[in-house]
Amino acid sequence: MSMTMTQKILAAHAGLDSVVAGQLIEADLDLVLGNDITSPVAIKEMEKMNLNSVFDKDKIALVPDHFVPNKDIKSAEHCKCVREFAVKNNITNYFEVGRMGIEHALLPEQGLTVAGDVIIGADSHTCTYGALGAFSTGVGSTDMAAGMATGKAWFKVPSAIKFNIVGKPSKFVSGKDLILHIIGMIGVDGALYRSMEFVGEGIKNLSMDDRFTVANMAIEAGAKNGIFPVDDLAIAYMKEHSKRDFKIYEADPDAEYDEEYTIDLSTLRPTIAFPHLPENTKTIDEIKEEIKIDQVVIGSCTNGRIDDLRTAAEVIKGRQVADKMRLIVIPATQSIYLQAMEEGLIRTFIEAGGVVSTPTCGPCLGGYMGVLAKGERCVSTTNRNFVGRMGDVTSEIYLASPAVAAESAIKGYIASPV
Amino acid sequence: MKACGKVFKYGDNVDTDVIIPARYLNSSDPAELATHCMEDIDKDFVKNVNKGDIIVATKNFGCGSSREHAPIAIKASGVSCVIAETFARIFFRNSINIGLPIMECKEASVAINNGDEVEVDFDNGVIYDKTTGESFKGQPFPEFMQKIINAEGLMNYISK
Repeated sequence: MSMTMTQKILAAHAGLDSVVAGQLIEADLDLVLGNDITSPVAIKEMEKMNLNSVFDKDKIALVPDHFVPNKDIKSAEHCKCVREFAVKNNITNYFEVGRMGIEHALLPEQGLTVAGDVIIGADSHTCTYGALGAFSTGVGSTDMAAGMATGKAWFKVPSAIKFNIVGKPSKFVSGKDLILHIIGMIGVDGALYRSMEFVGEGIKNLSMDDRFTVANMAIEAGAKNGIFPVDDLAIAYMKEHSKRDFKIYEADPDAEYDEEYTIDLSTLRPTIAFPHLPENTKTIDEIKEEIKIDQVVIGSCTNGRIDDLRTAAEVIKGRQVADKMRLIVIPATQSIYLQAMEEGLIRTFIEAGGVVSTPTCGPCLGGYMGVLAKGERCVSTTNRNFVGRMGDVTSEIYLASPAVAAESAIKGYIASPV
Repeated sequence: MKACGKVFKYGDNVDTDVIIPARYLNSSDPAELATHCMEDIDKDFVKNVNKGDIIVATKNFGCGSSREHAPIAIKASGVSCVIAETFARIFFRNSINIGLPIMECKEASVAINNGDEVEVDFDNGVIYDKTTGESFKGQPFPEFMQKIINAEGLMNYISK
């Protein structure tokens, strides 16, 4: 029976020779992840059921990142709950403020996610690790609790959509433009319940950071997971960051796909998602009017990695942020922050009139560090532009790449360097 | 088991940010979350909802964030069932896991109007619109999920 890459990983973790789309399976988990918003709910569920131990203290990652450093007393209580649970269960991979980062940038960087893994996380953007050839998917707190207790989760085996990537993107066109283009094409439920499998010779022209961005936003098309083949670049990344063994799975040549698309990276243009859905995309060339903005956010699990900051700094260097415009830059992890400092990127942002924050998810979900007032507009490298996502219900979010965000911060309206 | 109540009708892609905005996620108390349920899409929902009422929406209900706080808020607000053409996958899992009854039914999601009185029979999947007299057949759960629902959620199921 031929299988997709995702199906092969799931079959291996369910102890089965093969699986078919629609089959219900129980799979062994290599990592269970939660953050400061979702973990307290999971911890309470475990307590309620008198489940007093975890399946493997090395295979759980607890990353306070959404509202840390604590934004208010209630958030502080949540973080305390997670910390106490980590101490009590001797959790190896708990990341305290100062050692933390945005979970989906941090865990690959720490070598905790590798090819062939099955990973669940109580955060929808857990699908990010598909960039490394892992099956990873977002779940809720109850699944996280059950996963922490048993090391297992049930899945309905997904069918898949194949995206054949060819060509090479032009300068300042990135993984963000690719995934926004795809979501614009198939819609926010275009891949509902299914895998998005990316293949093709064009993938070699996407950096690891680009691939993380693409896999990260698979959920914005409704997908269960997004996954990339494991090539030399992915292997080099894992060898640099991880001591763990990885396993490479490949889709069978005759694997069945519900749909197939071919995308030529050389034809992509900077792409922006207009309010209030990630599928409302326009290329920069389709925007005829000057859309004035109040704030730019560069960061998040989608675009807070070093490549993203380098691109933004390249656009911004030697220029000034527009008058009455707030530029907020958030390196996704402490290590990215340090790297950006050593490369002089932080200086570039500050000299241009931007602010640089400690790693946090903060503004992406309207938590803190950049909440929008009534009617304000923001160009953001984050992943969702739903009503009220970053603040007041009348505020507007335009999702874009770091290059577009940076140029927009300088111009004061939506703009691209190319 | 049956649900019966007045319908609150919404459209496509009702996301978890409008179901329970992140600014309230510094709490995980169901009763407190319920006081802000649907706030960013329907300010009056909390004021008007009564125990047993039903939410009906069209495509991709519950898309976006994995926050279980969304189905928790809906359940704690008294809603007895959510009917939609499709659900986003994490919301679907979460609802089953916490024991919020949901049902996929395209015809019902389109035909049922805001304010209609609707009865849902979970045993046979029949959705009956008392206001219009129309009835629809919803998608029954696979047996495995039915077991989780019957155990009143995943945690009860795995602890058995």
